[in-house]
Amino acid sequence: MADKVLMKGNEVIGEAAVLAGCRYYFGYPITPQSEIPAYLSRRLPEVEGVFLQAESEVAAINMVYGAASAGARVMTSSSSPGVSLKQEGLSYIAGAELPCVVVNVVRGGPGLGNISPAQSDYWQATRGGGHGDYRTLVLAPNSVQEIADMTIAAFELADRFRNPVLLLVDGILGQMMEPVQLPAPLSYDLNQKPWALGNPNRKGGRNLCSTIFLDVEQLEEHNWHLYQKYQVVTDEFAKGAYQHLAVETHAVDDAEIILVGYGIISRILKTVVEKARKRGIKAGLVRPKTLWPFPSQVLADLAARTKQFLVVEMSCGQMVEDVKLAVNGRKPVFFFGRTGGTVPSDFEILNEVDKLVRPD
Amino acid sequence: MSAEVERIILAGFGGQGILFLGKILAEAGMRNGKHVSWIPSYGPEMRGGTANCTVIISEHPIASPLVTVPDTVIAMNRPSVAKFNVRIKAGGMLMYNSSLIERQEFRDDIRLVEIPASEIADELGNARVANLVMAGAYAKFSKLIDYEGMVKALPQLIPASKKELAEINLAAFERGYQYVKEKKYMFGRYVYSVFKGI
Amino acid sequence: MTMEQVFARPKCMTKTPFHYCPGCDHGVVHRLIGESLDELELGDKTIGVAPVGCSVFAFDYFTFDFNQAAHGRAPAVATGIKRVRPDHIVFTYQGDGDLAAIGTAEIIHAANRGEKITVIFINNAIYGMTGGQMAPTTLVGMKTATSPYGRDAQLCGNPIKMAEMLATLEAPVYVTRVSVNTPANLMKAKKALKNAFRLQKEGKGFTFVEVVCICPTNWGKTPNDAHKWLAEKMLPVFPLGTYKDVLGVDKG
Ligand SMILES: Cc1ncc(C[n+]2csc(CCOP(=O)(O)OP(=O)(O)O)c2C)c(N)n1
Ligand code: SF4
Ligand SMILES: [Mg+2]
Repeated sequence: MADKVLMKGNEVIGEAAVLAGCRYYFGYPITPQSEIPAYLSRRLPEVEGVFLQAESEVAAINMVYGAASAGARVMTSSSSPGVSLKQEGLSYIAGAELPCVVVNVVRGGPGLGNISPAQSDYWQATRGGGHGDYRTLVLAPNSVQEIADMTIAAFELADRFRNPVLLLVDGILGQMMEPVQLPAPLSYDLNQKPWALGNPNRKGGRNLCSTIFLDVEQLEEHNWHLYQKYQVVTDEFAKGAYQHLAVETHAVDDAEIILVGYGIISRILKTVVEKARKRGIKAGLVRPKTLWPFPSQVLADLAARTKQFLVVEMSCGQMVEDVKLAVNGRKPVFFFGRTGGTVPSDFEILNEVDKLVRPD
Repeated sequence: MSAEVERIILAGFGGQGILFLGKILAEAGMRNGKHVSWIPSYGPEMRGGTANCTVIISEHPIASPLVTVPDTVIAMNRPSVAKFNVRIKAGGMLMYNSSLIERQEFRDDIRLVEIPASEIADELGNARVANLVMAGAYAKFSKLIDYEGMVKALPQLIPASKKELAEINLAAFERGYQYVKEKKYMFGRYVYSVFKGI
Repeated sequence: MTMEQVFARPKCMTKTPFHYCPGCDHGVVHRLIGESLDELELGDKTIGVAPVGCSVFAFDYFTFDFNQAAHGRAPAVATGIKRVRPDHIVFTYQGDGDLAAIGTAEIIHAANRGEKITVIFINNAIYGMTGGQMAPTTLVGMKTATSPYGRDAQLCGNPIKMAEMLATLEAPVYVTRVSVNTPANLMKAKKALKNAFRLQKEGKGFTFVEVVCICPTNWGKTPNDAHKWLAEKMLPVFPLGTYKDVLGVDKG
């Protein structure tokens, strides 16, 4: 196996995409993800791939739509304001059941906001974001190594379910360097998808990529078909092949208070759990690694055992709604958040934990 | 210095090679088989002309890569001391570039290590390698960096576009290390007592 | 003894020091806008629109009302403002990434509708704010953060000439390209801005002033070298001059 190398999260997204067989990237500059296009503008030509800087995010996601329909492994990346512009294209890609990977290195919003790390796009990411009844898978790594692994997983999941997969990162993870072991490259054949436009290996007839169903019955049928697919995705994450990508738990067995957080926050929460336990507080951690499908069952099971939950996010409270749905009133769910690009410190979170555990 | 984890904040002017200095320390830790993380300040913070980064080197997997209370601050200019001095852990270390930062009444519960990094770099013929002087100095204190290994690895870490600077970077790293060794700074008592007197 | 003050901050500009990099042309063009509006006595009857780009904080430097718009959308936002406040001078201040990439649709259609606004287009051949990526106006062969091998016309096309393109439309009344690289050009640039604002005041139609500018920071050049490079490399691709002047204002 190759040695570990010290790399930035954003650059690892680029390299892992190449290793996953992605040869097409379309994007538009925006901070704090600029290292991804900068890296791929150097790297893709080396492997005879295409790097193209589009005239806008709207154009970039539609280039992705085209490349995906033609059978390519394809990626685009952006940050919050740009991902808002991609929602139109994402709706079409989900509707047409095309695989692609979309990276959002989230920054503070709404509007232009700022370029500091944030988690305020959770709703946009996990609720579809564009128009229509659709879902996108959302992976939320918390280390540079996991960025590598999940980028590759994202391409495989996208192909497996013929659906867009979002990689939700934040400015810290994108800018951070950690040692990473890059996996071996996967081989990918442009003609392995029988449904792809222009694929010479098709069974017969012509291939069509479309999202229009003028007949209401047909569209309803299409929507239920998508729904059933999303059920399969949900099952595979809950108890099937993708369980390992769903959730990480830490020190939950005897926990009286369970902290819930994803992405960079989950790293801070791990430190909080260690510090809390040193103070004699039985704290535990649940980290959703995948945000959709959400690991509801794990939280529901823990609700029977623990006393309370504290959800921590870099937003005014978005994922907390999913935790509440999972816990379903069985135990109190509290929230602590910092927003606008502020990262909470372990001390302030520990303080919250203290207040909840020792209310006086 | 704890034998298990070293949390360092490095700060200075943009252009002093702060991010690279942090990267060198992280690389050194990684090559010595430790867990490491490196986070830069990015964005508008950089526009003001200052740069800082956070490095952790640890025997154990790193939970939070963010550091509120560092064990060590490496300060290359005056504003950095002002900004980060108060955050150093009691008993921690402030290592500063004494060529650009004059002696003053710092906190008395931290260890102070002054390194005339810019002067040493000037002597070597390139003011820009002051960062490597600091890296060498830090390596002398660190329990988690293997100095000899780093001396070997350093030339590979110089970007291809700056290959002609490999030698002087290495020299700066060695000089920083030697400086601390000769001053017998171990645990900073030397400067600490000097400061107690003013 | 009385002394005549010959150099002062324009009335419609604030005291805020510019946040631009040393030598950047943004500040120079801001000042020309301020002087022009002052001289036309329009400073209190103007609304500016600046989308993102290094000049996203342009509102800090002017005393009149301002709208900070989304990337590329300023001509649409200005359309909305002008339709509600036809008695105001409404101008947009846009970079090349903003106007000639993400906002291409908005600029072409605002111009084609003959919106009675003034568009000031800062062409520095690069994305300044985001750290030097390739712009639609980047020269062929020019290396940027996203064209590390130099812009390849086969892959990325050639630099877009916005003034020439917009001049092909029926509606615009004044389309010109200027620069501020020499004192003489600076005077011409100011005259062009005044022409544009005056035409807008008279309700004549859409006016467009492209300013070929430097970005020393992302070009990796000193301001002096950057101005030399501008004259040698940029001006042959983006020739200065007036491309459309329906009412003959350039001639006076
Ligand atoms: C939807 C969206 N995409 C991308 C960005 C990031 N962004 C900010 S300014 C800018 C372009 C800056 O270049 P230009 O318009 O040429 O102005 P300059 O800074 O060169 O003056 C970009 C891409 C954004 N703010 N919003
Ligand atoms: S980056 Fe370029 S355009 Fe922006 S302020 Fe600096 S010199 Fe001007
Ligand atoms: Mg520009």
